[in-house]
Amino acid sequence: MALPERKQSVTEARLAGLEIPRGGCTEPAREAALARLWQMGLPTRRDEYWKYTRPETLIQPQPPRAALLRTDEPPMFDAFDRLKIVFVDGVFDPQASDDLALEGVRIERIADLCEQDIHWARDLYGVLEARGHEPVPRPLAAFNTAFAGDGVVIHVTGRPSRPINLIYRHESEASDAVLHHLVRVEEGAEATILENGPAAARFNKCMEIDIADGGRLHLVRTQGRDHERRAATHVFARLGRESMLKCFTLTVNGVLTRNEVVVEFTGDEAVAHVAGACVGDGDFHHDDTVFVTHDAVGCESRQVFKKVLRNGATGVFQGKILVREGAQKTDGYQISQALLLDGDSQFLAKPELEIYADDVACSHGSTSGAIDEEALFYLRSRGVPEGEATDLLTLAFLAEAMDEIEDPALAEEIAGRVRGWLARHR
Amino acid sequence: MLEIKNLHVKLEEEDKEILKGVNLTVEAGKVHAIMGPNGSGKSTLSYVLSGREGYEVTDGSATLDGRDLLEMEPEERAAAGLFLAFQYPVEIPGVGNMTFLRTAVNAQRKARGEEEISAADFLKLVRQKAKTLKIDADMLKRPVNVGFSGGEKKRNEILQMAMLEPRMCILDETDSGLDVDAMKLVAEGVNALRSPDRGFLVITHYQRLLDHIAPDVVHIMADGRIIKTGGPELALEVEQNGYADILAEVM
Repeated sequence: MALPERKQSVTEARLAGLEIPRGGCTEPAREAALARLWQMGLPTRRDEYWKYTRPETLIQPQPPRAALLRTDEPPMFDAFDRLKIVFVDGVFDPQASDDLALEGVRIERIADLCEQDIHWARDLYGVLEARGHEPVPRPLAAFNTAFAGDGVVIHVTGRPSRPINLIYRHESEASDAVLHHLVRVEEGAEATILENGPAAARFNKCMEIDIADGGRLHLVRTQGRDHERRAATHVFARLGRESMLKCFTLTVNGVLTRNEVVVEFTGDEAVAHVAGACVGDGDFHHDDTVFVTHDAVGCESRQVFKKVLRNGATGVFQGKILVREGAQKTDGYQISQALLLDGDSQFLAKPELEIYADDVACSHGSTSGAIDEEALFYLRSRGVPEGEATDLLTLAFLAEAMDEIEDPALAEEIAGRVRGWLARHR
Repeated sequence: MLEIKNLHVKLEEEDKEILKGVNLTVEAGKVHAIMGPNGSGKSTLSYVLSGREGYEVTDGSATLDGRDLLEMEPEERAAAGLFLAFQYPVEIPGVGNMTFLRTAVNAQRKARGEEEISAADFLKLVRQKAKTLKIDADMLKRPVNVGFSGGEKKRNEILQMAMLEPRMCILDETDSGLDVDAMKLVAEGVNALRSPDRGFLVITHYQRLLDHIAPDVVHIMADGRIIKTGGPELALEVEQNGYADILAEVM
């Protein structure tokens, strides 16, 4: 079927002159992704899935420029013993990165995938992404699979002693970065992956995560600093029996962030928690789009998203729990809430449940509200100044999402960043 | 210490005067009680003194140690030594009781130009004070007032008072919702804080709280004014005859 004219023209404009990287063993997967992309076309505002977030700047041929913000804050996760993998404007920087050797995990660049002939990785590249377009197309992810310039393959076979930290540095005001990562967690293995940094003027990132039976992955991401940056990210996760994924994302600043997370349970008794906290000011626009499919028995999913918005900032949440026939004993929970610190900010939410099994417990809720004046007065009457009291209540509002970070030291690091942001924006 | 002169207050939203010229002086070391029927303006007085929004002072003054309370923000009044024990203590999900107490103690210290209390000293102090109020470690860890019983909430108010060591304490119907045992416990907490340089203003409907917290002076408030002032015997009179006789006598 031919694409609508508008879709066809923006897709042609974006793809004009672009070539998929040739020669690697990912080439067939890239070609298939490109074919998918031509079939679905890039998003336009007419698309239901892009009703609340304008895709234009994410798909126009050249990214809008994004200034670099100088800050004297120490780098994120700086105090943690971690294995650093650094990308500068979307290109792996071996000098800035640590030695990639670490017990319990094997890390390679996507570019080296074929030389090493890592079968599982070749069989994963673009596979979960391709599965993720039903029922809603995610063309930016297909674009990513086709054109990704770099990325890593992380194969967790044991329990690495340190977290793996993917650091995305932004140094060029006009950079357009496309990164694709693969993560495979083997049976009974467990790892923590940290991600942080503004990455590029425009950033398209895709991470495909395959967790085998009993595997566990903690993913803690922060997106911050440069306010003019734009990012569209996708996580595609497939969970085996009794496996676990915990994903938390903190976003501060950013004129446009769209984080899509697609989770699929294929083994019984698995657990996936996807959480996010964001704080934004002014023309901040933040979109969490989450799709969880229960296709196994007795799995638990939680979506917890909290947004603090002020001075006209916009928060978007589109979250869905799909429970397929036979996915009995599903425990699905979804909450999305916004704290609007003034009357100009807005929160747009579309929570959805679609259930085809009859023995499940699913709940969802979405609210937006202002600071609790009673609580504020109570704190002030005890001597806490208004600004500090507001910050305390704001952190309390975010607590349910922050609680999804299992490691207390990481949770404190994240909370500290939020406190710092709030104090600077008082 | 606390001096209220000809205080007139109306609701900000509507043209309804609630306090119609309150005059009251509480001296250091004294416990004053205010009694009065529903709607007489007792709680409004406590809210206006602590700086709650929604009220407009149209005339009069209120000072603490000579400083104009009505010009100050609520947090400045607290730092100046004013404390209100709430009739309905507020639940704050997500803020731990300990964090709350420590933030409050340090904010007041900072406002007075004092050093922050160390974590160790704070912990020691709060444990010791909590123990006398029968507040266990679990209550200290839980979010502020969330899931607390009526008695626990009021004990938590007294714990805050003990930690903040205010000059002037206002207790707004601290006895409401308490059984006799809980009331005794709260009263003991208050009595332990009585001292020559601290004043108390105890607002209550009933005489029974005053059996446990013995007042020096009792005021009867009605229709936005203090209509009668006397000794502890005035509270007993109210208990026996209700407010009707006093109101009739004055009107």
